[in-house]
Amino acid sequence: MEIFTEHVNGIMIHKITIGHIHESGCTGCLAALMDNYQGIFTILDKYADLVYGLTLVDVRKIPKMDVALIEGSVCIQDKLATDEVREVRDKSSVVIAIGGCACSGNITRFDRGGQQNQPQHESFVPVSDLIDVDIFVPACAPTPEALRNVCVMTYLLLRGNDEQKALAGMYLKPLMDLARSPYGSKASFNTLMQEVINLGLCMGCGSCAAACPVRAITMEYGKPQGLRDLCVNCGACFSQCPRSFFDHELMEHHEQIMGMLKAVMQ
Amino acid sequence: MNVLGKYKSVVSARSTDKEILKASQDGGIVTSLFAYALEQGIIDGAVLAGPSSRPWQPQPFVATTRAELLKARGTKYNICPQISMLKEATRSYGLDKVGIVGVPCQIQATRKAQLYPIGMRDVPDKIALVVGIYCMEVFPYKGMQLIVEDHAGQKLQSVKKMEIGKGKFTVITERGNVTQLPLKVTHKYEQPGCHVCLDYVANTADVSTGSVGSPDGWSTVFVRSRIGEDVWGKAMAAGCFETKPIDQVKPGLEMVTKLATEKITKNQKTVDERAHFGVGKALRNPYI
Repeated sequence: MEIFTEHVNGIMIHKITIGHIHESGCTGCLAALMDNYQGIFTILDKYADLVYGLTLVDVRKIPKMDVALIEGSVCIQDKLATDEVREVRDKSSVVIAIGGCACSGNITRFDRGGQQNQPQHESFVPVSDLIDVDIFVPACAPTPEALRNVCVMTYLLLRGNDEQKALAGMYLKPLMDLARSPYGSKASFNTLMQEVINLGLCMGCGSCAAACPVRAITMEYGKPQGLRDLCVNCGACFSQCPRSFFDHELMEHHEQIMGMLKAVMQ
Repeated sequence: MNVLGKYKSVVSARSTDKEILKASQDGGIVTSLFAYALEQGIIDGAVLAGPSSRPWQPQPFVATTRAELLKARGTKYNICPQISMLKEATRSYGLDKVGIVGVPCQIQATRKAQLYPIGMRDVPDKIALVVGIYCMEVFPYKGMQLIVEDHAGQKLQSVKKMEIGKGKFTVITERGNVTQLPLKVTHKYEQPGCHVCLDYVANTADVSTGSVGSPDGWSTVFVRSRIGEDVWGKAMAAGCFETKPIDQVKPGLEMVTKLATEKITKNQKTVDERAHFGVGKALRNPYI
């Protein structure tokens, strides 16, 4: 516990800079981040300066920043959008895709164009199809708690002492792996099917059914059944599944980590 | 890796509540602990495995009263997707302090829901008491039906209690018939997903319990976390349990260690073999 309490006192010296970049999404991810209520003020007071963000920060040009939180998928017919994500990659140390659209396309996968006043905007891809993304936080919307945890861990990765860096590295590794995996940006109920159920890993815990934001998953005879027409491709089921990734060593310290997260949010 | 996980204390225990013991699997630990926690406001509800419309098929539900807790007594040995009700408990039932009981994989899922709450809004900070049950493996419902109806020759509806212990699968009917099958017979009906599980005694629970290591009618209890220590201590002080030191009971901790080692060794082998399952092709390892 020592390593976790120590930084609470020493933490405020070097804030990181973060930006929120809005591509084709519904602002639900930003709303989820704000749903940390008091917690978001704590993050901005103690750990991070928000240097770019739609409606929140009066900055027109994308500045250099430590962490970019990208929400939304990218329309490849929209030059502004594609230029913007390239610029974000260039100017940020860590790019985090937040939410289903940025990670795996989500509901924008169903777009066929034809809408005024840009009917030619019809093809939407996850951010990682265009630039290297470092960390995925899937789900529609991502939860306030997941965004909080990832923000704190990213802060520790960049500013923590060696032990904190090691812990943050362990915590973030699976989310980094997901960003680089062949299935991360293609996630849907099918991913759960192909990467867990079809590989003999499912043990019927029901995490996927709880995680699904559209209630497309029911447990039949103890196993997940997905109504694939309802699935919005957010990837929550697969990432929540304890058999998608699970680090025994990290999980053994669950109590300290939860305690640390609580402490830093005070 | 320590096969028993981290723990602060371990004892052999039995509930002092006669009503709970009437239909408990062993020492009535889980039901008594939740009943105490509910009564004291440590939890305001719990996700448990209750009855469903099919005989012996459990169904997860949220219990908010003692009467509801009692419905979940006893081991069912087939899959109950507890975690599917975890977010329901906080968001539909509006609970702020949730208790959950589960086998090791479900406790892992609960901890993952706390540390990586990808799709678990309002869950991570509202888990108040996590009780784990030792588990070697479970059966799919149809597998269990096959064991009971085809191998043991009993109707599922007529079964009063099932037990796995001392190398046997035991089926006891309401009319008192006792059929025992060697586990050799039941192995092939186990859920395949259990064979990559590397946890026997719910290493990440607050309190974990099971019959192994203690005499009949008693349970072995590991108290693991600060929350577990706090709740267990209070329940003990309130007289909910009688206990015996674990080194004074037979077969004792040695048996728990033996079975945990067996399970983890066997399943680690399965995980390792999956790395060379095809010709130069691996089946995905969930732990790396």
